[in-house]
Parts: sequence; structure tokens; C-alpha cells
Amino acid sequence: MPNTPLLAVERLQFERDDCNVFEQIDLTVGRGEIVQIEGPNGAGKTTLMRLLTTALQPTSGNISYAGQDIGLCRYEYLSDILYLGHQPGVKMTLTAEENLRWMAADSSRSAQDALAAVGLAGYGDVPCYNLSAGQHRRVALARLLTTDARLWYLDEPFTAIDKQGVSFLEKCMSDHVKGGGAILLSTHQDLAIDGVRKYGISPHADQRGL
Amino acid sequence: MASGFSAYLRRDLLLAYRRRGEAASPLIFFVMVSTLIPLGITPESARLAEIAPGIIWVMALLATLLSTDSLFASDYQDGSLEQLLISPQLLAMPVLGKITAHWMVTGLPLTLASPLLGLMLSLPAEGYVPMMASLAIGTACLSLVGSVGAALTVSLRKGGLLLSLLVMPLYMPVIIFGSATVQSAIDGFAWFGPLAILGAMLAAAIALCPLAAAGALRLTSIN
Repeated sequence: MPNTPLLAVERLQFERDDCNVFEQIDLTVGRGEIVQIEGPNGAGKTTLMRLLTTALQPTSGNISYAGQDIGLCRYEYLSDILYLGHQPGVKMTLTAEENLRWMAADSSRSAQDALAAVGLAGYGDVPCYNLSAGQHRRVALARLLTTDARLWYLDEPFTAIDKQGVSFLEKCMSDHVKGGGAILLSTHQDLAIDGVRKYGISPHADQRGL
Repeated sequence: MASGFSAYLRRDLLLAYRRRGEAASPLIFFVMVSTLIPLGITPESARLAEIAPGIIWVMALLATLLSTDSLFASDYQDGSLEQLLISPQLLAMPVLGKITAHWMVTGLPLTLASPLLGLMLSLPAEGYVPMMASLAIGTACLSLVGSVGAALTVSLRKGGLLLSLLVMPLYMPVIIFGSATVQSAIDGFAWFGPLAILGAMLAAAIALCPLAAAGALRLTSIN
């Protein structure tokens, strides 16, 4: 089904404490597309990401994956997504390599290669409590190189990483969409990649103190 | 499905091994507090022997409770719990893996160290085997039941006290039949009865608690 979008969101609404978080969301993400979610702080970007990853249940609306409701193909959908949230999910007492092995257990690419690619060559045996915040991010970003997931959800992926890291991540993202993957990311920075589609979300009237 | 169980079991054991000092604290607490009993009550062995089964069981319960708090806390803080919640596998299996690791790090060492405390509290000789058997089964029940409370309170900053209030009532049957096992053996009665009831509790807890804890984790992730 080449014409069905990979991800389709229809009339999505989410209520927290009886207040809508954002204006209704209608969004499609096709294969080979990068969609950048924009909006002021508190607009609900992270909430949207968490709704899409099924960590939260929407109040109303549909999310479908390759034409099928995600409630009906939960296993296939969750096996095919990768989510990088605000917290990197890195265990402080494990080494960088153990963390990566753990996060990408069924990967074909070796953990050492991936760590070298994100600029952590030689740090494989260092416990993560000895690494900096930016290096923790890099450990988490190394997952992008080892994953087979087609749909990436990146929530503020550029936090705490340096310029080199940013250009590495951009290259990684454009490689992924060239291979037929799709990316939904939230960031306030402008990306140096062509063909990024922007999607603005705004806080619902309930949230503006009315 | 089973891979989620063994993967989390291995990871949590490795994490505990890396933080040996922290992992050993329930055991040290167990031994230290039990040492205070002869000092505080009486060093007379006849009177100590009377209360020994109850004391050892209460201390084991408190030591387990002390460590239950941390079952999901670090996963919650560093974001790996979030990753677990959105993984395609059945959530109860990784949770059971974590609980098993928790028991191997707390309940099992307590069981193995209990003869030492039995000696200190002048436990009669016929009480040792029932004590170890009941502690092995009982502490597993405590870990399983505690996991539900830990999952419910994981998002609270100071959930420790609330956790104790939540799980203490559920711990009561375990301590009743646990110390009854030891007491019956000392009094010369058959002690398999109370032990079998503990075993039945464990079977029920293995079936239900991981599911309840998984549900509670989903519930707390909503906020």
C-alpha cells in the first residue's frame, strides 16, 4: 500500500483534568518525510509524542499506522517505532556499551560501531555516571544507528548536544528518511535538512487561562 | 515473551551487583536490628526463644519493605520505565523479572542469614529448617505484593511512607503464617500446614501481582 501514509492522526484530542491540552490535531506522515512539530512551551508537543507512542490514551480521535488503527496492530506498531524522550533512559551504573546493548537488544549493528559513530569510541567500558549530560544523550542517540524501526519520534533531540552532534544527528535523520523511514520531531531549532515539513500546534483555549 | 523476563532479571541483578553497598543494606539492617533485641529486652535465652520466631519475621518484613521503594524508582527517574511501557512485549513479564531480581537480592540473602539470627536469639534447634523454608517462600510473597505498592507510588517524590501504609495490611497474612510455621515446629506440631498456606499465597501472588503492578505502572504513567 504505497499510497497510505505511514502514520495518520485524525481529530486527535486529549483532556487533562477536564481541559483540552491542544487544538484538535490532524496530521499525516508519509514514508520519507520529516515532520517538525512546532509550538510554544506548553503547547503539548511532548503530550502529542506520548499519545503517539501509546504511553497516553487519547480522549478522542484516531491514530492509524499504515492504514490500520494502532489499537488493532499494537504489536507491529510498537515494534516499528522508536521514541527518544526528554530523559535518555541511560542507566548510570551500566557502561555505555551495556546500555546500548540493552536498549537495542535485537540489533544487527554492533554496539561498539554505533558508539564510535556517535563520537564515544573508547568510552564503551566507562560507567555512565562518569559521562557528561551530552554524552548520555549521545549514548541514547546511538540507538538511532542500531534500530530497525521505521518511524522515529524524537522529542527535543538536540538538547545538550554540541554542534558536531547536531550535524551528526541531522545526517542520521536524512539517511533514515532516504531509506524510506519517517521522522516526527519536536524542536525549536531550524534544521539544516531540506524538505522538512513543519506542523504547528497551539494550546487549546482551555489552557490560555479562559 | 519469556525473554522480557530473563532480560530484566539479568539486567536488575547486574545493576544490583554494581551497587553492592546499596543492595546489601536491607541485609545489614536485618542483622543490626535483630542484634538490638537481646540488648533491649533480655539476654536470657529462655525468654528470647519464646519471641524469636516473631522477631525474625518482623525484621525480615521491615527489611524487605525498606528496599521495595526502589523497585521501579530508578527506572522511572532515568526514563527507562517509559521505554518499557511502550515496548511491544507484555508488560507483566519484565515486571516479574524485576520482582524476581528483587527477591534474589533481598529475600534470599535474608533467608540465608537467618540461622545466624536464630543463634543470636536462641531459637530452638527444631525451628531452623521451618524458619528458612517459610522465609524463602514468604519473602518472595513480600516482594511480589510490594511491587504493586511500588508501582502505584513510583511517581510520588516521597512515596516511601505511603507505600508502607499501602502494603502493610497485605503483608499481614504472610507474617501470620510465616511465624506460625516456625512456632508450630518449636511446639512440636506439624509445620507443613502453615507452610503450605504460604505456598498457596505465593502461587496466587505470582499469578496476580505482576499483572496488578503492570496495570499500576500504566496508570501512574498517565500523569
